[in-house]
Amino acid sequence: MELSGGDILVRFLKDEGVEHIFGYPGGAVLHIYDALYKQDDVKHILVRHEQGATHAADGYARATGKPGVVLVTSGPGATNAVTGIATAYMDSIPMVVITGQVPRAVIGSDAFQEVDSVGITRPCVKHNFLVNDVSELAATLKKAFYVATTGRPGPVVVDIPKDVTDPNVKVPYTYPETVEMRSYNPVVKGHPGQIKKAVDMIVAAKRPMIYTGGGVVLGNASAELTEFVRLLGYPITQTLMGLGSYPATDQQYVGMLGMHGTYEANMAMHECDTLIAIGARFDDRVTGKIAEFCPSAKIIHIDIDPASISKTVRVDVPIVGDVSAVLTDMIGQVKAGKARPDQSALGQWWEQIEKWRGEDCLGYDRNSPLIKPQFVIEKLWEVTGGDAIVASDVGQHQMFAAQYYKFDKPNKWLNSGGLGTMGFGLPAGLGAKLAYPDQDVAVVTGEASIQMCIQELGTATQYDLPVKVINLNNRYMGMVRQWQQFFYESRYSHSYMDAIPDFVKLAESYGHVGMLIDKPEDVEGALREAFAMKDRLVFMDFITDQEENVYPMIAAGKGQHEMHLHSDNERELA
Amino acid sequence: MLRHIISLLLENESGALSRVAGLFSARGYNIESLTVAPTEDETLSRMTIVTTGSDEIIEQITKQLNKLIDVVKLVDLTEGRHIEREMMLIKVATNGSDQREELMRLADIFRGNIIDVTDASYTIELTGESEKLDAFIDTLAKMNILETVRSGVMGISRGEKGLHL
Repeated sequence: MELSGGDILVRFLKDEGVEHIFGYPGGAVLHIYDALYKQDDVKHILVRHEQGATHAADGYARATGKPGVVLVTSGPGATNAVTGIATAYMDSIPMVVITGQVPRAVIGSDAFQEVDSVGITRPCVKHNFLVNDVSELAATLKKAFYVATTGRPGPVVVDIPKDVTDPNVKVPYTYPETVEMRSYNPVVKGHPGQIKKAVDMIVAAKRPMIYTGGGVVLGNASAELTEFVRLLGYPITQTLMGLGSYPATDQQYVGMLGMHGTYEANMAMHECDTLIAIGARFDDRVTGKIAEFCPSAKIIHIDIDPASISKTVRVDVPIVGDVSAVLTDMIGQVKAGKARPDQSALGQWWEQIEKWRGEDCLGYDRNSPLIKPQFVIEKLWEVTGGDAIVASDVGQHQMFAAQYYKFDKPNKWLNSGGLGTMGFGLPAGLGAKLAYPDQDVAVVTGEASIQMCIQELGTATQYDLPVKVINLNNRYMGMVRQWQQFFYESRYSHSYMDAIPDFVKLAESYGHVGMLIDKPEDVEGALREAFAMKDRLVFMDFITDQEENVYPMIAAGKGQHEMHLHSDNERELA
Repeated sequence: MLRHIISLLLENESGALSRVAGLFSARGYNIESLTVAPTEDETLSRMTIVTTGSDEIIEQITKQLNKLIDVVKLVDLTEGRHIEREMMLIKVATNGSDQREELMRLADIFRGNIIDVTDASYTIELTGESEKLDAFIDTLAKMNILETVRSGVMGISRGEKGLHL
């Protein structure tokens, strides 16, 4: 079959099993858009801004585990997409971003809407390609999907000059079933010797701690992790990126760790003698001061990316491999081996952990006359039966959602953990809703974050994507204000936003339902009413306590054990 | 902070060099020198990077390089027995026959070749370990060096084992 580049691209996407792409047309991709127009297999979602396209594709990928696909034009189309590409890169999200490029003959001449997309995106992609000839297009696209979805996943950019998609230039097309790259062979199985060493260490532990991250979600290893944790009876904590891969309502779960993690999780990390890190990367928001991180622990680290191992914290037993495969091997070895965890030591360890848990570090003032943001999230969890997909923006509301929405399943919590991209939540939630129209999708945001990609409310209208927006409106950039309060003697420099729009009217102008909620007693009713409107996007503007802070908190650069639990010791934070 | 010579085979594709260079600048690693050219297999380039860093940094550098899709194979030559060479072309002003003779003697002692001659200058080609090239430059301290070009270090392991596919 002879096809033009534009038709090859669209046909390839269909053959690759891509159902939806998110994009925005422009000069360099017009041939491709014309090819899209002629078919119905690949559905195109027209966003309002290319950043929205990348976040929507990213949310789609996080919720489904399938790669998100983006199509944007050259120049500003590509540069607008960069924030979303970097967001996906930091969180290892599989994504293929197709960028148009000016025709080959004018590359390098500062042509209209020309930018070196391969150069600009190089530091924030897993890999990128410039397609030099239409005959290479299908094979290159196959490589892009292969690289994006295997090993440690990540975004891949494919830059296609306009003339490569010329409708008058046709070449033979067959779907490339296989792909071979001599320089790219991701490891799957862990080294048996290392696994044995790790298992010996794990069963001999007196004060064990399991610390898991986004790798368990990405590696689809939630079932194996749950079996492993229950088999051993050990405490488990998860990073912001790992939430949901082990049920949060389970007794063995001690909450999230890190800067705004629970007291029990951070203290158990600090006091453990054996740390089992699984698909987590010892991020600075998790470790705090490296010199004081897990001072008495032997560390085992399972990760698919060798470069994640011993990057910031030296580990004793590294295991490179797919977390699911390695956990399966470990479970087998624990079961087959004679050694069992020392139950009396484990009993004492749990006793200690329960004492820390008794501090009730997530307690807050439930009698406040103002709406507490934590209360809204607790009610959201109740009203949605703990089963909604929650897409979050970045800031205090993100931390409250992570702390108070108890995720029992993976792929339900979508947030920009690594890059911390404000504006992520709404488009990511739309991407997830597109993939799962029957599931509840809540976008937890704040009045500052939501304004960074608020134009996507139009996309929601056009494609009938009725997410529920939970806007925790405290009239501040809450996390910025919190840091200014603690570390800059309450000099609130530019963290107050004047001229906030009337979100109810704004939502209505896009054809959605708007609600304003300013009393605690109205919170639950509003949520129930909103989630009952299955086919409408409801924008809930919750007017919350203006100066509520996120606790517990470990100040940047402090040790895990140097936590501040409640507002009574705010001063000591500085 | 030890000096390491990292040798890699990478896909001979446009952009491969900038991926490596970009990695070093983005992560704040040192590059003392970097050389690259195609091999006998025209789909592959051989690159030699001289860098310094603690053991942890060097471990990260090799892991991060291995992670680049265009990097096919990599070896830290300093982990085993190896030979390193660098080439220098140096143009020196010559002032009178005494100096010309002195320069010829020095070039001879350092096993250099004079590859271009004018009434007022010699251009000398010299190959060896970087220290030898440094020593030659030091030796010329009193003379007027017009131009120095150094290739950067290349390296190869000793014995029959080598870096190939």
